[in-house]
Amino acid sequence: MKILVPIKRVVDPYAKVKPLGDGSGIDTGGMQFAINPFDEIAVEEAVRLREKDPAVEITVVSIGAGECEEQLRKALAMGADKALLVETSEVYDSPSVAAELAALALELSPDLILMGKQATDDDCNQVGQMLAARLDWPQATFASKVEIVPGGLRVTRETDTGEETFELPLPAVVTADLRLNEPRYIALPGIIKARSKPLDRRPPLTEPRLRTKTVAYSAPPARAAGRKVASVDELVAALRERGAL
Amino acid sequence: MSKLLLIAFEPIDAESGAPFAQRLGLPFAILFVTGSAVTDLGAASCLEAGLAEVPPADGIAKGLASIAGGFTHIAAVSSMRSKDVLARLAGLLDAAMVTDVIAVNSPTSFNRPIIAGAVIATVEVLASPVVLTVRPAGFGQPLRGGASIVSPISMDVASKVTVSGKTARGGSRPDLTQAKIIISGGRPLKDAETFERVMGGFADQVGGAVGATRAAVDSGIAPNELQVGQTGKIVAPDLYIAAGISGSTQHMAGIKDSKIIVAINKDPDAPIFEFADYGLVADLFDAVPAIQAKLKE
Repeated sequence: MKILVPIKRVVDPYAKVKPLGDGSGIDTGGMQFAINPFDEIAVEEAVRLREKDPAVEITVVSIGAGECEEQLRKALAMGADKALLVETSEVYDSPSVAAELAALALELSPDLILMGKQATDDDCNQVGQMLAARLDWPQATFASKVEIVPGGLRVTRETDTGEETFELPLPAVVTADLRLNEPRYIALPGIIKARSKPLDRRPPLTEPRLRTKTVAYSAPPARAAGRKVASVDELVAALRERGAL
Repeated sequence: MSKLLLIAFEPIDAESGAPFAQRLGLPFAILFVTGSAVTDLGAASCLEAGLAEVPPADGIAKGLASIAGGFTHIAAVSSMRSKDVLARLAGLLDAAMVTDVIAVNSPTSFNRPIIAGAVIATVEVLASPVVLTVRPAGFGQPLRGGASIVSPISMDVASKVTVSGKTARGGSRPDLTQAKIIISGGRPLKDAETFERVMGGFADQVGGAVGATRAAVDSGIAPNELQVGQTGKIVAPDLYIAAGISGSTQHMAGIKDSKIIVAINKDPDAPIFEFADYGLVADLFDAVPAIQAKLKE
């Protein structure tokens, strides 16, 4: 089974991020970058599927500038077999990423595309579904459990009220939610050791065609500062006065 | 001419989404995927697909694509299901898409939160149609009146996916996204039994829902579907009581549209006190029973 895992380089998801003063972008000065955490979960899941079935072959791919190599190397260190860097300095919106990945999928013919449900920078939650639509493959999004079964996959997801389980034939697109797994920790020596694994750089197969453009970035409105209350009595009185309790 | 199709997977979605549709200001139709049409929401027309339940995304997205022709805007209230289905629909239509709209600047410009709510992005739409998922909290209540014409509609929703299991957690508490009062707890609640006893008991007394932080959910104290925050539910109750919650960015992103936020925390320096309308520095295990006793007086 061939698994393709698209990964995105994002600004450190645990850093405190602010818009630039002129609203033209995000202030990423001095910040670290990482694999989008949901994509990292997808890499981990692919590696776990391979641990159960050695015939699984994992390719990770990233679309972006040369620095994405850092994240691809980390994915290789986690256990991916090979990496592809689609090198471009152009902006790709979600439909453009989906179009490029669809073109790649036609060339590489994976059985499964496993990726994060959304990137923690733009929080769009679009690419997996758009990719599945373009390929006319079935999809299972927000996966909390993935099993290979005869005839395809069994995928479970947590819904607002409980759980849903889907059976889907391959090829398919699956997007990973937070609770699918906890990615393994990779120390620096592991990343250096993975340097012998193949990482190919190539130009994009498609031109981006932007359907949306972010034109301004601003700070969210701050809530007006509240006040401390000294006791439960004071709290309950204040809430009653406002008709909240 | 510009026209909006508002998709209601369940009838309640139409009521939550109507204020956005009214704000957008374009003539709109509402498609009721399941259930009966709600006809007093100002829609030019209501379409009833009459399905017993919502099919898997590949099937329903194909069905929606077959009736989306002629609409410049296609929208649904943000949810796991709408993100699953509408992003696929956008792929089928080769459309633009804007996720989690919180404000309308014009029919081609929308605001949405990014980076776990730390930044608000203004997004210009450069293509047509555009598919939108909308967070209703910022759009208020719908203006009601009139009676839309209702027509049945049939869609081919055949899917390659089989739904092989569905489990529902029972319970009589209101849904988090609908509740007027939410009692929410964090990791200091220790274990599932304590969480349910302390938070659940308080919620039941005031007729509220129970929420939890990601940390509480990750450590098994609270079930997943109670998670409030950027990666869980986005809520907007009249009263949000946060007990033993420090106030991470990702949690605050999910509750900032609440009318009143109350924070109860032992740590006087907890970041949540910067956001809370009322802050009480106290051990929740003392404060919560004291509030409950006070309310009984």
